[in-house]
Amino acid sequence: MAKRTGKNTIELENKPKILSSAAIVGKNEGEGPLGEEFDEIEQDALFGRENWEQAESELQSRTVRKALEKGKISEKDVDLLFAGDLLNQCIASSFGVKEFSIPFFGLYGACSTIALSLAAAAVFVDSGAAEIAVAETSSHFCSAEKQFRFPLEYGSQRPPTAQRTATACGAFVLKKNCESPVYVKYVTLGKITDLGIKDANNMGAAMAPAAADTIANFLRDTNTAPDDYNLILTGDLGEIGTKLLREIMQKEYDIDLSRVHNDCGLMLFEREKQDVHAGGSGCGCCASVLGSHILGLMRKGELKKVLVAATGALMSTISANEGQSIPAVSHAVLLCREDENG
Amino acid sequence: MSISKKQYSKMAEKASPPSPKLKNSLKAFLIGGLICCIGQGLFEVYSIYFSLSEDNAKICVSITLIVLTAVLTGIGVFDKIAKHAGAGTIVPITGFANAVVSPAMEFTAEGHILGTAANIFKMAGPVIVYGTAAAFVYGLIVYIFKLY
Repeated sequence: MAKRTGKNTIELENKPKILSSAAIVGKNEGEGPLGEEFDEIEQDALFGRENWEQAESELQSRTVRKALEKGKISEKDVDLLFAGDLLNQCIASSFGVKEFSIPFFGLYGACSTIALSLAAAAVFVDSGAAEIAVAETSSHFCSAEKQFRFPLEYGSQRPPTAQRTATACGAFVLKKNCESPVYVKYVTLGKITDLGIKDANNMGAAMAPAAADTIANFLRDTNTAPDDYNLILTGDLGEIGTKLLREIMQKEYDIDLSRVHNDCGLMLFEREKQDVHAGGSGCGCCASVLGSHILGLMRKGELKKVLVAATGALMSTISANEGQSIPAVSHAVLLCREDENG
Repeated sequence: MSISKKQYSKMAEKASPPSPKLKNSLKAFLIGGLICCIGQGLFEVYSIYFSLSEDNAKICVSITLIVLTAVLTGIGVFDKIAKHAGAGTIVPITGFANAVVSPAMEFTAEGHILGTAANIFKMAGPVIVYGTAAAFVYGLIVYIFKLY
């Protein structure tokens, strides 16, 4: 059963496993360095639908269907679906999964939602409250631009600190006692951290303190060091956030992350060539990289222990217009291979 | 966390690369200047070949640039130019046209009344409001000076 370890961490003793995962991305993401590893690359930004919001919903339903198909699980066997996205009232999720007759648990943690939904699904499966659960999150460049920034065709210049919202979705099927080698061992839920960054074009800087706090709490609660892990993966800190995270870890906790840390926002795109400035972002960024590349390496045994700490910037256009700073949060899950003790 | 907001603000500033101001200014100057040259060329064409009066030729130049921008915005080219041009495309009338057309396109999905019509001035609205207010102040100053 799930058991609290230390102040912020929950240990899952029954090994909720990631039975299968799927990742579907848009054209730009497909042209990135991880292009070959995704289940599908959709060339049409509208995903065959009429508007950006519907496109993102279509992306979600396709990805969930793909993950279920890969896990050979029928929709009616799934007890709970945990999902979230960036749109107001999480409409990409609720409209995206309405065709499934699965009880829906909507979540919002901005770009940290993938870790939040995985954490929630893992705790439910571990405790037996759900036999099979699905965790998934998405983001779409066009729907996010429309809601948070400018109309798509508006001619503006982006500063080098800006990140590009990924058109991507990742879905994960969780179940106990199954064939898969990868399970969720620990879950660390983060608190809101705000060090006063107001620039919505510098989300990496706004989110780095939250990631540092959660990673430090996780290491303290589990009494481990970064070198005990093959990879400490953040969600979408991008170039600036990555730099700041490592600096905060060093200054505040005397922990050197540089040897084991990487960031999905830096992995999804080839930054210079694809002109994405500081890197990728969005709920789908971490979800798709984790659901394809990272889990692929774990299944092959090339990675055995991966700490995923996804971060989210929790501002809205209203709070930004009011001049308020950006509160951020980071949630972490530790993914382990069964043949790895510890 | 023992790092204060002030300290962190400095750390963040140091970690964030600045915008390439010189390169951006140069590109804005060249592209903005080119648009103005096109405008002047159009003015010559309208005055010489169409024998329009100066006022009418000026209006036709504005209309041509607005239509051109609207078409370029519609086919998804304008934002790619503006990405490089910055103020070079914002300052001339092209910026205003783009700021009206782009939200009109974006919000069509929400209907012609509550979508397009309600959002068409989302970007340009502030320019209209403060432009009108500034014109009023300017007019008042001119009026007062002319009185004496």
